Amino acid sequence: MVVACLTLSGAVGVFGFSFGVGSVVAGASVWQTCALSLFVFTGASQFSAMSVIGAGGSLGSALGGALLLAARNGVYGLTMSRRLDGSLGRRLLAAQLTIDETTAMAVAQPSRREQQIAFWLTGLALYAFWNLGTLVGALTGRAIDPQTFGLDAAFPAGFVAMVWPLLSDRRARLAAAIGAAVFLATVSFLPVGVPILLSVVGVLVGVQRPVPPPVVVEVSPP
Amino acid sequence: MSWTLVIVLAVGAYAFKVTGLLILGGRTMPSVMERCLVLIPAAVVSALIVKDTFSTGQELVLDARAAGIALAVVAAWRKAPLIVVIVLGATVTAVIRQI
Repeated sequence: MVVACLTLSGAVGVFGFSFGVGSVVAGASVWQTCALSLFVFTGASQFSAMSVIGAGGSLGSALGGALLLAARNGVYGLTMSRRLDGSLGRRLLAAQLTIDETTAMAVAQPSRREQQIAFWLTGLALYAFWNLGTLVGALTGRAIDPQTFGLDAAFPAGFVAMVWPLLSDRRARLAAAIGAAVFLATVSFLPVGVPILLSVVGVLVGVQRPVPPPVVVEVSPP
Repeated sequence: MSWTLVIVLAVGAYAFKVTGLLILGGRTMPSVMERCLVLIPAAVVSALIVKDTFSTGQELVLDARAAGIALAVVAAWRKAPLIVVIVLGATVTAVIRQI
């Protein structure tokens, strides 16, 4: 568990770095960039908001896309509420750490006690690395010319790394294809940022019930 | 950039987390809603990749970024570590731009 947690933290530190770079390139100050990581603490939403702002999108469309991405943390909250206990204060703190990685690490553990340890260990390590990565990234983005070093590609490359593991699922692949297609079809005539909001229609793939796994009929000799 | 974005996003993101963890608590969500919510990253992040690779404002463009991201996709497909995916994307973009 500790090894998995450290590996994950390293990766999250790199993500944080690329967020920090991209965020200042998109027009945020170093302080604003760090505040986003400290208080929002949900990667995809932060990336999305700053990507839309960087392209010249409105505040509303930047917020809309980012909040759509934040909504799934509500689902993780439901999952974790059955596994975490403790005082109200402790649970309010746990809420801030309820994201993809902490939920995934927790549910992978066999017992309730280990689930709680995994959640807190991963959550606190990730929080530290995400914010450290952001700070270093923001300072780097400030110090060097982003175009010369291809740092404007830090966001899309980060997005690629983010989405890739999800695409092993057939429905996620379909949702991704629809999202990308909607963007391409609407980018030229809708205000910047709005196509990102519309891409969410891809999730309607989820309305259809999942196909149950085929039943294996064992044929035993008479 | 205005601080409004930072503040509203921080409050909104925390509200979702607290709603799931504390307010709805142990209750269950209709499964169709849960299935749709977990697909949000796939749909929206894919659109973001296309946006940051092939567009500038409202215009679709093909420039150095496309080459960088193509290599980042190959790296992700070959299961390269995260840092390789990001550094490769940025480096290839920078090199192509110099040519």
